[in-house]
Amino acid sequence: MAYDYEKHIRAGKLPHIWCPGCGHGIAMKGLIRALDTCGLEKNNTAIVSGIGCASRLPGYMDYNTLHTAHGRAAAFATGVKMSKPEMNVIVVGGDGDGTAIGGNHFIHACRRNIDMTYVILNNYIYGMTGGQFSPCTPTGHKASTTVYGNPDPIFDISKLAIGAGATFVARTTAFHATQIDKLIAEGIKHKGMAIIEVLDDCPTTYGRRNKFRSVVDMMKRLKEIAVPVAAASKMTAEQLEGKVLTGVLYKEDKPEYTEQYAQVIERAKGA
Amino acid sequence: MAKKVALLQGNTACAYGALYAGCNFFGGYPITPSTEVAEVLSEELPKIGGKFIQMEDEIGAMASVIGASLTGQKALTATSGPGVSLKQELIGYACIAETPCVIINVMRGGPSTGMPTGPGQSDVQQAKWGTHGDHPVIALVPASCQEIFSETVRAFNLAEKYRMPVQVLYDEIVGHMRERIEFPEPGELEVIDREAPSCSPEDYKPFDPSNGDVPPLAAFGSEYRFHVTGLNKAADGFPTTKAELVDAEQRRQLRKIDANIADIESYEEYQTDDAEVVIFAYGSTSRSARYAVNELRKEGVKAGLFRPITLWPFPEKRVAELAQQAKAIIVPELNLGQMNLEVERVAKGACEIIGIHRVDGEPINPGQIMAQVKEVV
Ligand SMILES: Cc1ncc(C[n+]2csc(CCOP(=O)(O)OP(=O)(O)O)c2C)c(N)n1
Ligand code: SF4
Ligand SMILES: [Mg+2]
Repeated sequence: MAYDYEKHIRAGKLPHIWCPGCGHGIAMKGLIRALDTCGLEKNNTAIVSGIGCASRLPGYMDYNTLHTAHGRAAAFATGVKMSKPEMNVIVVGGDGDGTAIGGNHFIHACRRNIDMTYVILNNYIYGMTGGQFSPCTPTGHKASTTVYGNPDPIFDISKLAIGAGATFVARTTAFHATQIDKLIAEGIKHKGMAIIEVLDDCPTTYGRRNKFRSVVDMMKRLKEIAVPVAAASKMTAEQLEGKVLTGVLYKEDKPEYTEQYAQVIERAKGA
Repeated sequence: MAKKVALLQGNTACAYGALYAGCNFFGGYPITPSTEVAEVLSEELPKIGGKFIQMEDEIGAMASVIGASLTGQKALTATSGPGVSLKQELIGYACIAETPCVIINVMRGGPSTGMPTGPGQSDVQQAKWGTHGDHPVIALVPASCQEIFSETVRAFNLAEKYRMPVQVLYDEIVGHMRERIEFPEPGELEVIDREAPSCSPEDYKPFDPSNGDVPPLAAFGSEYRFHVTGLNKAADGFPTTKAELVDAEQRRQLRKIDANIADIESYEEYQTDDAEVVIFAYGSTSRSARYAVNELRKEGVKAGLFRPITLWPFPEKRVAELAQQAKAIIVPELNLGQMNLEVERVAKGACEIIGIHRVDGEPINPGQIMAQVKEVV
């Protein structure tokens, strides 16, 4: 299928700020294809982000775009969606933005099951600030603030989202580029909080410190660790060691927050 | 027809003032002594199709308010000292992104959790300097339930008119006091809505200064599409590091206040015409001060009260004049010395400035003020 990329971007704002080999651009193209597929009306769609390399993405998109403060995207987006439930709200941000400083907003947006599509670009690191460890940096790996190896255990973002109450949770990687748009599109169509975790790479700050010789090496790793959910059911625990599940990990129909609030309005008006 | 009257708590008056101003979004997080504002609006907003959301913390509350405002809502949050401390980064965001909204701060003692149920006036300098960077500030300090109502309306008006966050600060005493309120009729108080763009959507620049210091603000979800960021930005809303643009942008934002002092400033004077001693007091403290002035006048002491209603921008000109006229300005405050510093700054040594400071959770009573005035005369 041919996609109309131009239609969705602010061409005048390019070139983007991302380093060569950065996975965020792959994710952006995936988002564009998803938007093209879903045909969302631009005026009626807001793309909201926090702060970080990933969070620069909305600036390149020809939509209503809101580049907020570090970690706060989900909370700003909640204000937008509550005010205009008819708008499509998409959130984009990094692993640090969403699960460290923004962790509280992230889990509560999931809990409310408010109708948004949150694309979280997990490159295992704080890219923008030069490679300090994030809640997703693998234990033992190196970051600029863990030169002796990271002592911290990690968050599994997708599990966190499921545990917190998101009703659509999917994961893929920057290597599986075409799956990115399919999952985002499915998330957009889903009524409720949809989390799409995209494992990607930051060659500049994470790859370099962790002995990835090239972007290709990092992509190979993403390819190797990904196991589609269907395939995983036939694998042993041993075979699944060090792997991550990809595809739609969780889906459930549950009352959506702004619809619930519409009922509050009905009750208040009737009272 | 007789006006509708009611016996209302200050916080309830605030909620009704907000509704009068057209508030249709509230995002908050409970904290004493402000919670009643949220409680009343949680009940009233859905009745008119408005939205109330209790967020996971005050930062989230502030974020939701800014998000709501960008879709064209009149958005409010209410909190107290600890909550305002948390909101600071996003108050700065509302400044730089020029997003109208109103923040109610029902002040208690501090720092930190302090004395949750005791009154305080310890956030008055924080209101001015709390968030980092240079930015415009408007803060209002009502002193009665009726005034909380009308100043909440005015806060929304100023927020909409100047495209910025406006803070309303009152202490726990005024917030929890009950007084008779007369509800203004619709149309009786002015209600201002932000200016919408009139240019074509293609030409719209959300921070275009060419037609004045307050560029029109479109709404997300309308036919105008735009970008908002907390980075220094150019007229089109996109980040820039060009020195001259960054500089001009920040100066324009301060000019929104500096060029409109007469419109924003508000204060009340009582018996100041011939006053030898002026009491500079705001909020609950001004009520004790007024009583003290009456008592002192009975005794032949020429005392007067200057009561700022707009605290920031500071009523510099008038305070400087009073400093020329008076022997001393007495500044009673429920903190250990905040606004007395500002009074000193503008008085430039023209008269003595004497603070009366109290942070034990008790109000400053008229006797304390009278004793201080008598000491001067
Ligand atoms: C309140 C606040 N704290 C810290 C920062 C500095 N900061 C900017 S981006 C960032 C990390 C971003 O990491 P992530 O969200 O994973 O995005 P990435 O850059 O990796 O895409 C940090 C710590 C900030 N901008 N604001
Ligand atoms: S620092 Fe890392 S995350 Fe940021 S643009 Fe470069 S490669 Fe991408
Ligand atoms: Mg990251």
